[in-house]
Amino acid sequence: MERIPILKMGRVLLVTIQVDMHDRLAMTLQDDLTERIVQDRAHGVLIDISSLEIVDSFMGRMIANIAGMARVLDAETVVVGMRPAVAITLVELGMTLSGVKTALNMDTAMAMLMASFADKEHFNGGSQG
Amino acid sequence: MAEQESKVAQLLKKHEQDVLQKWLSYQMSSMTWRADLMKESDLREQSREFLQLFIEVSQQSGPGADAAAWKSAKEMLAEVSRSRAMQGFSPSETAMFVFSLKQPLFDTLRRELNDVEELSREVWSTTTLLDKLGLYTVEAYQQSRESVIARQQQELLELSTPVVQLWDHIVALPLIGTLDSARTQVVMERLLEKVVQTGASIAIIDITGVPTVDTLVAQHLLKTVAAARLMGADCIISGIRPQIAQTIVHLGVNLADVITKATLADAFAVALQRTGARVTRVGVKE
Amino acid sequence: MVVLKDESAPIRSSIDVMRVRQIVREWAVSLGFSLVDQTKVVTAASELARNTMVYGGGGELRMEALNSDTRRGLRLTFSDQGPGIADMEQAMKDGFSTGAGLGLGLGGAKRLANEFAIDSRPGQGTTVTILRWNKL
Ligand SMILES: Nc1ncnc2c1ncn2[C@@H]1O[C@H](COP(=O)(O)OP(=O)(O)OP(=O)(O)O)[C@@H](O)[C@H]1O
Ligand SMILES: [Mg+2]
Repeated sequence: MERIPILKMGRVLLVTIQVDMHDRLAMTLQDDLTERIVQDRAHGVLIDISSLEIVDSFMGRMIANIAGMARVLDAETVVVGMRPAVAITLVELGMTLSGVKTALNMDTAMAMLMASFADKEHFNGGSQG
Repeated sequence: MAEQESKVAQLLKKHEQDVLQKWLSYQMSSMTWRADLMKESDLREQSREFLQLFIEVSQQSGPGADAAAWKSAKEMLAEVSRSRAMQGFSPSETAMFVFSLKQPLFDTLRRELNDVEELSREVWSTTTLLDKLGLYTVEAYQQSRESVIARQQQELLELSTPVVQLWDHIVALPLIGTLDSARTQVVMERLLEKVVQTGASIAIIDITGVPTVDTLVAQHLLKTVAAARLMGADCIISGIRPQIAQTIVHLGVNLADVITKATLADAFAVALQRTGARVTRVGVKE
Repeated sequence: MVVLKDESAPIRSSIDVMRVRQIVREWAVSLGFSLVDQTKVVTAASELARNTMVYGGGGELRMEALNSDTRRGLRLTFSDQGPGIADMEQAMKDGFSTGAGLGLGLGGAKRLANEFAIDSRPGQGTTVTILRWNKL
């Protein structure tokens, strides 16, 4: 079966979504990601959508779901690189993805995750396993 | 169609050079001739070409006029109108190109036709034809003016909304003048594009120079803030004047989730702080 | 107003919905739509195509490229022979969904288009038409 690859970089999982994907593929990704978060004990998920030309309510909902489930599993999600035209349209559609963190590019997304890992470590008294 | 060639066409063919000469001198001596805008040789060329097309058009009298000839005549007039509109001719100056042909034409008809009835019939049909073509010229002129205006408006819009980079990761859009829904939309798209280009994490929208804000514009502003957030950038709106604050509250627009600052300077200070920069005075003694 | 060309596409699977997005994009590009306008009309099409598939049990998209004196437009008609919509007012409301959705599809498509029309008969099917003009 067709699948979107999930890369692991330390404690971070990275997914790059190509130009478009159909709904079943999106559902599979959602399932795969939640499984991998547990399996790889990931603390962060980066979803790169910079090549995505549209986000409709289905894909928006999928992104929100991933972020929500990741949060429950103690991982933080950052959506990276949404294009201006896509963002304008998504707002018009009525979606703001208010619970989801966003970043302009990979560098800032990585920095955001690192900063929040550091906070967490601090909170856990540095005894992070 | 084995229709007989019209009288006007026959006469025009015979006296083509003579009519052209008279028409040219008539055009150039008239009040509406703009020697400042156009070369005489260009006028001569245009007139010669149009006269030939006009002969073809009037070849067949009556409503069965040749479609192909009509088409080329119209195309030529559209081109003449377009270039004159660009050169700065007025609509009536442009239309005179066609109407001024009447005088030399009628002179010829009067000289050559002896039968009063025939004369008046030919004058009438020629007048109708030239009027049609003249009106067409005005229409074509109008259309090209409109496209010139539309283009200028677009250029003006782009000039009037410069997005500037203030610092690393900080861009600002100082808005000046009345915002309508269309302008706001264009401006906002440009702001978001600039955010991507510069990788700015903060965008300041300064509305100090905006006299009033209506519901639609306020909503566009909020949508822009939401879109920027989806892309990973924060917006600060600065320069909201008291009246505008009142309108916004009255309109029931919710600015709760938006960072607002009184002045562009305040907004810039917040932006610097957020991006990790610090402002210190150098050489000031305690 | 003149119809420059028209074409139909089936909507049966989520792959078809994706194809609808692709072909609507191609048409919008060929009509000279700006990037934002392309994105808006493609997104609206995606919402309506998915509704046709999920709630209408499959159906068809008809695309028409229109030409008026001053502008060009894209008219999209989604039709199915599904169960129809009993309470239209409710269905159009943002946030209302009988499925697992967010209930943004219909309202969103209306906001993303210049013109929107919906016709539905319980037991007979649903037809949604949107029209988007390109800016000069
Ligand atoms: N073609 C259709 N046939 C039958 N019912 C429909 C059709 N399209 C929409 N509906 C009904 O209207 C409701 C609202 O549709 P809408 O697209 O706004 O939201 P949704 O599809 O439920 O969620 P979303 O589009 O946000 O994922 C649907 O839940 C469904 O009950
Ligand atoms: Mg829907």
